[in-house]
Formats: sequence, C-alpha cells, structure tokens
Amino acid sequence: MINASLPELRRALDTRQLSAVELASLFLDRIDAHNPGLNAFITVDRDGALAAARAADERIAAGTAGALTGIPLAHKDVFCTEGVLTTCGSKMLGNFVSPYDAHVVSLLKAAGAVCLGKANMDEFAMGSSNENSAFGAVKNPWNTARVPGGSSGGSAAAVAARLVPVATGTDTGGSVRQPAAFCGITGIKPSYGLVSRYGMIAYASSLDQGGAFGASAEDCALLLGAMTGFDERDSTSLERPTEDYAAALAAPACARPLEGLRIGLPREFFAEGMSDDVRATIDAAIAQYRTLGATTVEVSLPNAKLAIPAYYVIAPAECSSNLSRFDGVRYGHRAADYGDLADMYAKSRAEGFGAEVKRRILVGTYVLSHGYYDAYYLQAQRLRRLIAQDFQAALQHCDLIAGPTTPTTAWALGEKADDPVQMYLSDIYTIAVNLAGLPGLSHPAGFGADGLPVGLQLVGDYFAETRLLNAAHRFQQATDWHAQRPACAA
Amino acid sequence: MSLSNDQVGHIARLARIAVSASELEATRDKLNGIFGLIEQMQAIDTTGVEPMSHPQELATRLRPDLVTEPDHRDAFQKVAPQTEAGLYLVPKVIE
Repeated sequence: MINASLPELRRALDTRQLSAVELASLFLDRIDAHNPGLNAFITVDRDGALAAARAADERIAAGTAGALTGIPLAHKDVFCTEGVLTTCGSKMLGNFVSPYDAHVVSLLKAAGAVCLGKANMDEFAMGSSNENSAFGAVKNPWNTARVPGGSSGGSAAAVAARLVPVATGTDTGGSVRQPAAFCGITGIKPSYGLVSRYGMIAYASSLDQGGAFGASAEDCALLLGAMTGFDERDSTSLERPTEDYAAALAAPACARPLEGLRIGLPREFFAEGMSDDVRATIDAAIAQYRTLGATTVEVSLPNAKLAIPAYYVIAPAECSSNLSRFDGVRYGHRAADYGDLADMYAKSRAEGFGAEVKRRILVGTYVLSHGYYDAYYLQAQRLRRLIAQDFQAALQHCDLIAGPTTPTTAWALGEKADDPVQMYLSDIYTIAVNLAGLPGLSHPAGFGADGLPVGLQLVGDYFAETRLLNAAHRFQQATDWHAQRPACAA
Repeated sequence: MSLSNDQVGHIARLARIAVSASELEATRDKLNGIFGLIEQMQAIDTTGVEPMSHPQELATRLRPDLVTEPDHRDAFQKVAPQTEAGLYLVPKVIE
C-alpha cells in the first residue's frame, strides 16, 4: 500500500479496503520508523492528521469524497498552517504557530487531504542541499551520506522514502525540480502565477512558486490540480480557469503516444559541466522519448549562462526586502538582551537568521543601496528579459524543452556546505526557468554511476503544464524508473 | 569588485544585522566570492533591453473599497514577543 499511486489509494478508500484513519496511521508509523534517520519532517502532526482522517472517512461514507479526500500529504514548512508550528526552516520562526492557513493549505484541507506534518527545508527556501535548515540537514533516502537537494529537500525525501504519498514544495530557482531529481521522484513547478503565494512565506516574490511532488506525473497532476486557482489575496495570482491536469492524462496507453511532439534540446545544457553518467542517462531517456514518437531538434538558449548571476542579484534583492519583516516585534525570535530599538533589531536578526540567509540579505541590501541599483538590479532585470526571450525563440521550434535537471547526482553531505558559489552553480539548468516564469518538471530518468537517481527536466511554454505532465506520464507508462524505490521503501 | 571590511559593516548596519568583529573577515570573503559570480553580468551589453520585473507583466488589480478583513488582533498578537493592552512593546524610542 505504501507504494500505491493516488488513483490506487482512491480506489482502496472508496471500496473501504481501508479507512482514511488506517491510511494516515500507516504513513504516520512509517514517519516514526524512518524520520529519525532522514530528518525529513520538522513537525509531525499526528493528532491533527487523525482528526482530518476521521473527517475524510465521514465524507467518504457520505459519498461526498473528492480525488484527494483521505489522501495523506506533507506541506513544506514554508506554508503557513493555522495552529501548527510553521518554521520555514529557521530559528527566526522556531516558535511561530501560524494564526492562519496559506491559500494552498486551505484548498487542500477543503479537498479533504490529510496533512501528516511539515517538511524540513533550507532556511527561508535558500539553499540547494537542505543543509541550511536550523533543524538539521535532511538525508537522501537513496544514500544517507548524500544530500536530498533543496530547498524542498524534506518534501522530496519524504515522498521518495514513502513517508507520505505526495507533498507540496516551492520553487524559486529549482527548489522543487532539483530535490525531485536527487531523490528519484517527480516534481512540477507550474507557470508563475498559477499557485497563490498567500501564506507561503516569501523569499523572492517575482520568482517564488508553489509546486507538487509525487512518485509519478499522474500523482503530481492530481495534487497540482488541487493547488492552483485564482486568489485575490495574491496580487500576482492569475485569473485563469483551473485545469483538470489528471483528466488530461486519461487517454489510453499506446505504442507511440507522443507522435508529433517536438522536443528541443538546448545545446548549452548538453555542453561542458554535465557529468558523464548524467549525460548517458539523459541521452537514453531522450532516446526513449523518440521511441514514444517524439522528434528532437537542437535549440539554443544563448543567455542561459547568465541566469545564475542575474538570479543572485534579483533573488537576494527581493529577499532583503521581504525578510525585513523579521524584526523581533510582531512575531518570531527576539534577542534576550538588547539596548535600544536598533540594537534589538540587529541582535534579533543576527541570532534568528542562519549564515546563508544573512549572506543573501547582505548581497540584496548592497545591490539595492544608493548608487548601485542600475548597475546590479536593473542590469539583472534586463538579462532576465533576454533569458525569457531565448526561451520564447526556442519554443518557436519545439513544443517542449528537455535536458538534465542537474549537472550531477546528489553530492555528499558537507561537500559544498562551506562554498556558496559552488552550491549556486549546481542550479545551472533550473534557474533560467524561474527567471522566465515558465513551467518545469523533473522526472526520474535512471541512475548514475553511484546508484543515485538522475532527473530529466522538461520545460514548456506558459501554461503548458498539461503537456509537461502528459509527456512525463507517457514516459512513465513505458518505463519503470519512477517505480524504483530506495531500500527503506522497497 | 572587492568589498572592504568597512563596506561590509555598513551593509550590515543597513540590513539591521549585527556582524561581530570576529565574523567580519569570513563574511567579507564569502560576499566577495558571490560578487565575483555576479560581476559576470557586467560584460553583457543590454542597451535598449527593457527590464523585466515579472513574468506576466500584470497591472495591479483594483477592488471595491470595502472592509474585507475582520479584526484578528488577538490571534496575531498571540505570536508576538511582547504585547500589552493590544500594543506591541519595543524599547523606548523617544526620550
């Protein structure tokens, strides 16, 4: 049952093969057994989960259950949950019991999903390894000496280890796709504006976007479908009708389901920097896509290499502004000893924030300071335009863009922890997608030389979520990479 | 570009983050590494390129001027470090 897909869990619940309470208990017991070794959860809400599961059982009995009623999930701890500790991976919010729910949390509660707890993450979603959490690093379920990726590392590790069937995440520069790749699961970041940011603790507002993790594209489609929709409380929320992503995957399997699909392969993503084992795995997966009927064409993203420098101006600039709210006055950590008000701010922030968060605030403060705005922030925004235009030009020649999600498989815990620039460079393939605001998905493509998962990234035009999910779903119908499990979930 | 210790101290003051003398050197080195990466941007000629602030280029929505939020003061102040009589307490700022 722990490896069942969401549609299989739905059938089991609807046919009373097991109750939502039994299903929640099954996964809660797995969390008890495996979380001490993985540290994927910051908070486990057993009582809240069982209460939600009882309510789900009543809905199922009454015949009013939806697709997610009774399905256990975890929320990344960046999402505010009313009455439940919401830390954002930071000491700053170590005592913050949110007084309200994020929009995504409300939607999933209303759908009857059962939240088992809050997943560990890099502090304020800043990091690529989940080592920047004030609550300790998360371990990769495939090899506990390796990182799970970040910043949604807890969500990805929990799904990979089957501590929960699906989980929410957020992706500002790759924080859903990269941990999905490192943990051997599927993760999707939709087009910017589809998932409300209300109650999603802000890092870099023009890039932050909620997303979904599951074992398969089908599971991601079901979760994402319940997370999207217009919300007037987010000024960037798009007024578009919601789509039933899962229904769009229902066409029966056939030999060449992707006939006519043109996949663009950016030459810059297949250049230097990618490790040999990742390259071989991605090449084999691309060949599989051709077998399924897709054609491939080389495309170019000439400004892709500028994505990292542009991102490390825009994201810190926005974070320095967003995180100014943490001042020890209205919520969060306040230093025990201080003199005047300025001293209280400075000490509370110095104690409450970790090293990487402080670095990004300092970088952002500098680039926005008097006399530097044009040279840094405006220049970065101009590069952002060039990068977005590159994608639009490439998408004139193809329907989807494919390549590796990451240049290597998961690295060792500690390997890059003291070298921020090396950590930043690992996000080379994912960051440009956020700058452009496009949807991106990572799905398992095989394993590298060290037995660790390799992810393939698909990128589409704005609102091409269905196309991304369908391509990955057809790949997963023909292969079983997504069905491989680490030893703890075998 | 290379930041001096004085510049790092100035940025830290602007950001309201206390950086002790013992942390200053290491912080400066890390920041200089990051700015080394960022400087790659400066080689690109972006004359005539319109800055892009947002993927969808949305205009700000307007709504009717109606009260939409009830009073949440008690719930919100429950998570505050120090309150009294419905007010947030901070060190005295006016002598």
